[in-house]
Amino acid sequence: MAKKIKKVILYLALTILAVMCMVPFLLMIVNATRSGVEITKSFTLIPGDSLKENWEIMNNFLDVFLGMRNSLLVAVPCTLLTAYFSAITAYAMAVYKFKGNKVLFSVIVVFMMIPGQLGLIGFYNLCNTLHLIDTYIPLILPAIAAPGTVFFLRQYVQSSLSPALLEAARIDGAGELLIFHRIVLPIMSPGIATMSIMGFIGNWNAYLTPMLILNSQKKYTLPVMVAALKNSTDMQSNQGAIYLTVALSVIPIMLVFCFFSRYIISSISAGSVKE
Amino acid sequence: MANVSEKKKKRNYNNMAYLFVLPFVVVFLIFSVYPVLRTLFLSFHNYRGFGEMTPAGIDNYKRVLTDKFFWRTLGNTIRIWGVNIVLQLGLAFLLTIVFSDIKYKVRGLAIYRAVYYLPNLIACTSVAFLFKTLLDWRFGTFNQIISTIYKFFGATYNPVNWLGQASTAGNTIAVISAWMWFGNSFIMLMAGVQGISKDYFEAAAIDGAGRWTVFGKITLPLLKPILLYVAVTSLIGGLQMFDLPFLMLGKTDAAYSSIQTVVMYMYKFGFETGTTQLGYASAIAYVLFFIILVVSLIQFKFFGSKED
Repeated sequence: MAKKIKKVILYLALTILAVMCMVPFLLMIVNATRSGVEITKSFTLIPGDSLKENWEIMNNFLDVFLGMRNSLLVAVPCTLLTAYFSAITAYAMAVYKFKGNKVLFSVIVVFMMIPGQLGLIGFYNLCNTLHLIDTYIPLILPAIAAPGTVFFLRQYVQSSLSPALLEAARIDGAGELLIFHRIVLPIMSPGIATMSIMGFIGNWNAYLTPMLILNSQKKYTLPVMVAALKNSTDMQSNQGAIYLTVALSVIPIMLVFCFFSRYIISSISAGSVKE
Repeated sequence: MANVSEKKKKRNYNNMAYLFVLPFVVVFLIFSVYPVLRTLFLSFHNYRGFGEMTPAGIDNYKRVLTDKFFWRTLGNTIRIWGVNIVLQLGLAFLLTIVFSDIKYKVRGLAIYRAVYYLPNLIACTSVAFLFKTLLDWRFGTFNQIISTIYKFFGATYNPVNWLGQASTAGNTIAVISAWMWFGNSFIMLMAGVQGISKDYFEAAAIDGAGRWTVFGKITLPLLKPILLYVAVTSLIGGLQMFDLPFLMLGKTDAAYSSIQTVVMYMYKFGFETGTTQLGYASAIAYVLFFIILVVSLIQFKFFGSKED
């Protein structure tokens, strides 16, 4: 009996914690449908009828769909570039013997540990010199070199690819590029998928670098656009419109999570076990 | 003869590796290695981002080390991180104990885990504005809820200005940060527990070991490396805290000086018009890097002694 009561309390505590993780989002969605005046007076979980009004206020200030489009224009190429070039680099490092392999590996490990802010000023300075400010190039092109992804995929190749398979393909006369694209890439795809989902979310959510690089509002990615709320007094006076903007920025990622939560969680677990 | 040509062929296909790693290496050198070196170079110069660049020797570093505002921002950063890590890791650890308990056999790990992880997925900008609006001290939903609870018990609630005063702003940001990250830590710790061989637990059960004995003698010692890893990676990330405090408070806010972090201070000299001093900002970046490096080395020492 005592054990049963303990168990009930345990589940209750776990559920309260789960509710605490979701309530802010729930309030956000409900408040997005209520008018600014209603929100300042009281709270409720029953949706209001001011969604359209909030939408119009928001639309006067920013174009969320443009922000989403811009974010996709950055995040999709980034994810694809990281996936392909990390895979081919990791494969080469895991399978071939070549001079500089060890050096490359050490440099990758070192750069995985170097904090991101260290090169920030130099990075901006470089983009300035190359006249790349306010373009998507400095946001997309560096995705070709993702040390963390290479590190993970290198281990993945070593554990999942048998050298005999490569030998067999070579005897059959397949070229190295063909072997990589036709045989290795499909074998690596579960590992690539795991890294890509996390990579996509990271790129979609990125704030600091896009904020520094992009100047014209038309090019703002979604997080930069949302952050611009800070300077808008029109929007500040209407909480409903703020909640709506934030809700619209959150929903795409929530949808991704609904479909891919298993991959996402396994990729975090992989991160801790490898250490 | 055949042997030689085979060897040649082998060397040939190994040479393909250079082609395969070439794009990575080129981009890596340009966009990762060069900026880090360029920042180092700038830290030894005085430069406003335009006009003349003059050599400064180690002056910028001397200035960082004697700049009381720098030390204050470092203190702010560590204080916010400290409150955050106690909550984040404490909660994650408690959850790990509950879910790995052999007697309770709590169900629904997959669902709880996914829900606890949810806040970590959302962009920091969205989290910042969501909480900034919820925590508005006069009109925010958060204070309304507390007020309702107080009323229920017949008390009156004097609204707390969570982000508006130095005594609460840092802690509020720390709590939000812990809310964002505890699920992540929990997943990592849980992966660690699941990596422990079931044999240990079964053997302990046969020997009649109690819950706390199993926890103290098996779970905790085997979990220690991951616990340390989570704490140190969190410290490295925490020392670079920027988005949340930067977005939640503005320069004109009263509590700003109590939540300004090192990277926010670097941002001021690196990117804000009027205060741009790239050399000084670069020196701040390298001093912070040095602090992070020392912390990482301490971690390696910990791990090194474990493996002996």
